[in-house]
Amino acid sequence: MYAKAEAKNIWVLAEQRNGKVANVALEAIGLSRKLASSSQEVWAILLGQGVGRLAESLIQAGADVVVVADDPRLQAFRDDPYVDILAHLVEKHKPAALIIGANSAGRSLAPRLATRLRTGLAADCVELVWDANDGLVATRPMYGGNVLATIVCPEARPQIATIRPKAAPRPAPDSSRKGRIETADLSGLQIRDRVKLLEVVETGGGQVKLEEADVIVSGGRGMGGPEKFAVTKALAEAFKGAMGASRAAVDAGWIPYAHQVGQTGKTVSPKVYIACGISGAIQHLAGMKSSEIIVAINKNPDAPIFKVATFGIVGDLFEIVPLLTEAVKKEAN
Amino acid sequence: MRIVVSIKQVPETTEVRIDQAGNRVDTEGLTRIINPYDTYALEEAIRIKETSGATVAVITAGPQKADESLREALATGADEGFLLCDKAFEGSDPMAAAYILARGIEKCGPYDLVICGRQAMDGASGQVGPSLAEELGLPMISFVRKIEELKDGYIRVQRMTDEGYEVLEGPLPMVITVVKEINEPRLASLKGLMKAKRVTIPVWAAADLGVDSSRIGPAGSPTKVTKVSPPPPRGGGEMIQGTPDEQVKTLVAKLKAAKVL
Repeated sequence: MYAKAEAKNIWVLAEQRNGKVANVALEAIGLSRKLASSSQEVWAILLGQGVGRLAESLIQAGADVVVVADDPRLQAFRDDPYVDILAHLVEKHKPAALIIGANSAGRSLAPRLATRLRTGLAADCVELVWDANDGLVATRPMYGGNVLATIVCPEARPQIATIRPKAAPRPAPDSSRKGRIETADLSGLQIRDRVKLLEVVETGGGQVKLEEADVIVSGGRGMGGPEKFAVTKALAEAFKGAMGASRAAVDAGWIPYAHQVGQTGKTVSPKVYIACGISGAIQHLAGMKSSEIIVAINKNPDAPIFKVATFGIVGDLFEIVPLLTEAVKKEAN
Repeated sequence: MRIVVSIKQVPETTEVRIDQAGNRVDTEGLTRIINPYDTYALEEAIRIKETSGATVAVITAGPQKADESLREALATGADEGFLLCDKAFEGSDPMAAAYILARGIEKCGPYDLVICGRQAMDGASGQVGPSLAEELGLPMISFVRKIEELKDGYIRVQRMTDEGYEVLEGPLPMVITVVKEINEPRLASLKGLMKAKRVTIPVWAAADLGVDSSRIGPAGSPTKVTKVSPPPPRGGGEMIQGTPDEQVKTLVAKLKAAKVL
């Protein structure tokens, strides 16, 4: 651990997968640019194998410095090498804050890293601001989104936070920005590598990721069966969005768990969330009520989903959704 | 094989009262249950016990009342329970809680596998599993959706990712966190509940664990909660009337006006 007074600059883990920087990492760089005072730099930490060519895009997104750690053990995300190298870089350069995307990699590595560094972590944040005294001030939901907690880490550095996808806008690339690219010296560093990756299976089949989709079309109990999801799928595709589901639909075996939105599934905040045949149990609302616009389509006028809906339509989803799909397709053309 | 399941007792609902004057969440009087995510961890351990003869220990840090959750776990099929309870533990952040649990796990004897739920329903930080692994010096695989193989000193699992899943292998002992997809938890049996009443559950305080007092409680927690508040209320919704055609037309116009179409 290092002293608060020594700490400077805001770091972002520029997580990449298969040579593509995660959207949430770009969002975090854009946000850090806004948080950083004039005396602070934004550093992007790029871990991988043969990923140096991505550095320029991180500068264009708002980074002043990119540190590239290139190592075969960083080829795909695994906790051990990522944590060992990040801890090493943090101890060497002493950042004030470190922001990491709250996705399956970030939520796995950040707590471990924070414990290693004996510092604080604010997990799964929806908002980060900078305070002259406290540094990073984080807002994170608790109790299924019914409580927003403000978290500070007064003394320990770096202040670590994981931030949800889409909590900040993606910065427009600025090709005139200049920055410095450094290569991390990993020689002589002990890097543990206890877990081996045997296989990567992408079940999405190129579909838009739920957490990153601008539009999500979800189906619930009112769908009535697995084959009926063709209806919501068509609407999701018309929007170039993703397909979600309620717990009831997942538990009935109509659609895989990866699509589940809600307390025991994923938390999403798209621009538009279209709930089809979803009554709106509190557990489901916990996963989607921070969406910008909520459209609810349900037969039952008393369904609780209408209480949170921006626009509600009482009607038969099998009539409404195909009409809407056609209309959206027309608009897109 | 000995498996340790780390559980947390949480309020049964997330609809909690916010005491804004006291700047805290008021959960007084709410019924307490085993964190639903942890029931998947417990179920997985019991299934391993049934198929390959493991011993299942359940551990929790919490108030004396958390003893009830440990007994429920015993009634569901666990063999041993351990309660870490001390006034000095109160107000620990997730990092400090993981430190306490790690010392408790070390004290409760040798083990091959530690299983945690992926997060707690109340705090939802998902920190304890990975932090616990770091405190114990062990490898960790998070978001496990299936254990493909488990034998002496070896585990192979499927880990849920944002794109699908990946297959990983590693040595035991290890810490894993599990997701809902891994199984369907059973409920405690009535017979089990009767039997669990008679089990002795060791209660360990800070002194029993030999924890460093500078790493527990509010003073030992790097993070502080400075404010709790309800989320901003959602603006009043609008019901769209008319025939299905008219409804769709109106909705499309609204979405266009909001620049999302």
